Amino acid sequence: MTNDTVIVTHALSKSYGSAEVVRELNLLVGRNRITAFLGRNGAGKSTTIKMLLGMIRPTAGSGIVLGKQITDAEENRKLRRRVAYVAEDKPLYGYMTVEQTIRFASSFYPDWRTDVEEKLLRDYELPLRRKVKMLSKGMRTKLALLLAFARRPELLILDEPSEGLDPVGIEHLLQVLVARSAEGVSVFFSSHQIAEVERIADHVCILEKGCLLVDASLDQLRQLYRRIDLVFSSLPPEREFWISGVQRIQTSGCQMSVFASSNAEAVIERAHDWNAASVEVAPVGLREIFLETVKEN
Amino acid sequence: MFFKLTPTTGQPLYLQLMQQIRHAAETGALKDGDQLPGIRTLAEELVVSPNTVAKAYSELEHEGLLELRQGLGAFVCVKRRTRSLTDQVHVARRRIRDLIERLKDDGLLDEEIRRAFEAELLYPAEIVRQR
Repeated sequence: MTNDTVIVTHALSKSYGSAEVVRELNLLVGRNRITAFLGRNGAGKSTTIKMLLGMIRPTAGSGIVLGKQITDAEENRKLRRRVAYVAEDKPLYGYMTVEQTIRFASSFYPDWRTDVEEKLLRDYELPLRRKVKMLSKGMRTKLALLLAFARRPELLILDEPSEGLDPVGIEHLLQVLVARSAEGVSVFFSSHQIAEVERIADHVCILEKGCLLVDASLDQLRQLYRRIDLVFSSLPPEREFWISGVQRIQTSGCQMSVFASSNAEAVIERAHDWNAASVEVAPVGLREIFLETVKEN
Repeated sequence: MFFKLTPTTGQPLYLQLMQQIRHAAETGALKDGDQLPGIRTLAEELVVSPNTVAKAYSELEHEGLLELRQGLGAFVCVKRRTRSLTDQVHVARRRIRDLIERLKDDGLLDEEIRRAFEAELLYPAEIVRQR
């Protein structure tokens, strides 16, 4: 654990009976960054997040969050005061009103940010006197976000924070995340909103079947991932193009489409060696990277 | 100042921002001494990570196009070098226009020319040198 990281795990694993939900995860989340945690439903994202917060005990492996061992009860208590967490199911007390919920939560934190609370109450247009159980899904999400954002955490961990929000709400959420990040808060969030992730994240981790398949900065992904579409007069053997970095090859007639996570230049060179009639190189967006990554697996 | 970052072009966002600021300085949209928004303000406006803006600003400071003053923000400093770049861009545009005209005379369609340009720009530098 150095000062540059807020989360480090070593072979973190969780099984329920014979079902391995998280497998030997080695996660490294940088400080002062926005890190997105992507994966299909059931990939193990929420389980990982709950292990990081000490809410689920790992079957094996270890983890350190903000310098504290996640499995040590005493250290975990200290750690939880420095982390703001918004859970996937946004658990709140249904019998409390919005106002009571905010007063209740703020009483735990002496450095509660009234300025942030007031601003978000205005922006979110939350009905102060309404009972939480009467709130719409979007409103519940907004209230849960307000409770996390009005604290002064070092680390924000958000599990599906945009769930139930409309496009305006999502845009606003992203702006708040950017603002917190600019104040030096590290952000780790899971999401299915790939287009949004692609804009604000510095770093992306893609989890599939409990394994970390992609762990890279978005700048790296943008510069390295390429789709290379080739046309030949007669198709060379596919194995000639299975070089390091190539993730997937599709052929049809004399066309070949190569999906590469790196090393695109070597593919292009090989294509020239085989006298390709046409070589087209296109960048690959995060959506395509995500789909190819989980498909391949 | 308006900036537009496209997340899916295969180019890091900080590079896109650098190019747009550079371009604005070359075309005169940004003048010597002009102030750019602070990192947080611009990041919130563009809805991108503050690190993206910070990296673009610090690289441009390295290039001498921006001067970052603690607590005050980023200021444009257009030196002679940038002006000569404006001239270079002017010349380059003329050459590209000529080339495109020739390619059209050869019967290539706009879309084919665009794809050829994009493909060449995406080639990594080493390969271009080898060829």
